[in-house]
Amino acid sequence: MSRKRPEPVQVVKQRRDDALAALVHGVPYIQFLGIEFDRRGDELTAILPFDDKLIGNPMLPALHGGVTAAFLEVTAVIGLSWSVLWEELERGELDADELISGHLPRLPKTIDFTVDYLRSGLPRDAYARAKVNRSGRRYASVHVEAWQDNRSRAYAQATGHFLMPTRNE
Amino acid sequence: MVDKVKMARQFTEAIPHAKALGMQFTGIGEGTAEMRMPYDERFVGDPETRVIHGGAVYALLDTTCGAAVIAHPANPGATATIGLRIDYMRAATPGQAIRTRATCYHLTRTVAFVRAEALDDDDSRPVATATGTFTVEGLA
Repeated sequence: MSRKRPEPVQVVKQRRDDALAALVHGVPYIQFLGIEFDRRGDELTAILPFDDKLIGNPMLPALHGGVTAAFLEVTAVIGLSWSVLWEELERGELDADELISGHLPRLPKTIDFTVDYLRSGLPRDAYARAKVNRSGRRYASVHVEAWQDNRSRAYAQATGHFLMPTRNE
Repeated sequence: MVDKVKMARQFTEAIPHAKALGMQFTGIGEGTAEMRMPYDERFVGDPETRVIHGGAVYALLDTTCGAAVIAHPANPGATATIGLRIDYMRAATPGQAIRTRATCYHLTRTVAFVRAEALDDDDSRPVATATGTFTVEGLA
């Protein structure tokens, strides 16, 4: 009984990163806002690099509340989608090459989204992480937190419900 | 009141992100605001269906709600969002502009309460509805 040799670490990493990049870069609005994702194992951190077009109050200046909401929603949708894809990729049920070549899975649809603005968004980069509190066959509930300079001082948080895409279409 | 209306329009049109999303004012009254955002491929959230991302609709609703608060006759100055909830009833039809209407229906010395809805070309079936609370801030 010989165990199968594990794949080289670079191959595994590359496949996971390429799959994530395909998922994120396939959505025009994520590109428009300039959001990127950083991956550590299965954990994702969304990054919103500061840009002048994201300003909502030019006097302060502060990020637009809608930008913060969109950033949180993007983090929630990608985080939720990734948590499902990750399992499928690791079990080999999903062909990474197919995903990377642009055959993207359907994304979860937002049912409702509630944003809690805790502090004004500074004209700096923002970060966010999503926590999937419940992921059922049809519905999911996700909580997201966004921060800027200080991880322990969230500047906004949100909770949303999502409709999961139907599988095996 | 006329100055308030002008102020709300100027204030919102000076917002870089509102400009980046192509938002336009279509109406403003005492505690009400109406805006419009033309369809744009850059704001697509689902590459398969070409439907606009919920985040862009959210930004438009948030801006319209804020404008309605500023346009309220009893509000002395600026405002910021405290909390905003959006329910997405259906996907907006690709190719159609999103129109929003917001009403600031109650205002205390410190908090403004707002309701809003988002429509595409079909007036009878809203795309999304929003309810939110906003700060009431004195003139700086």
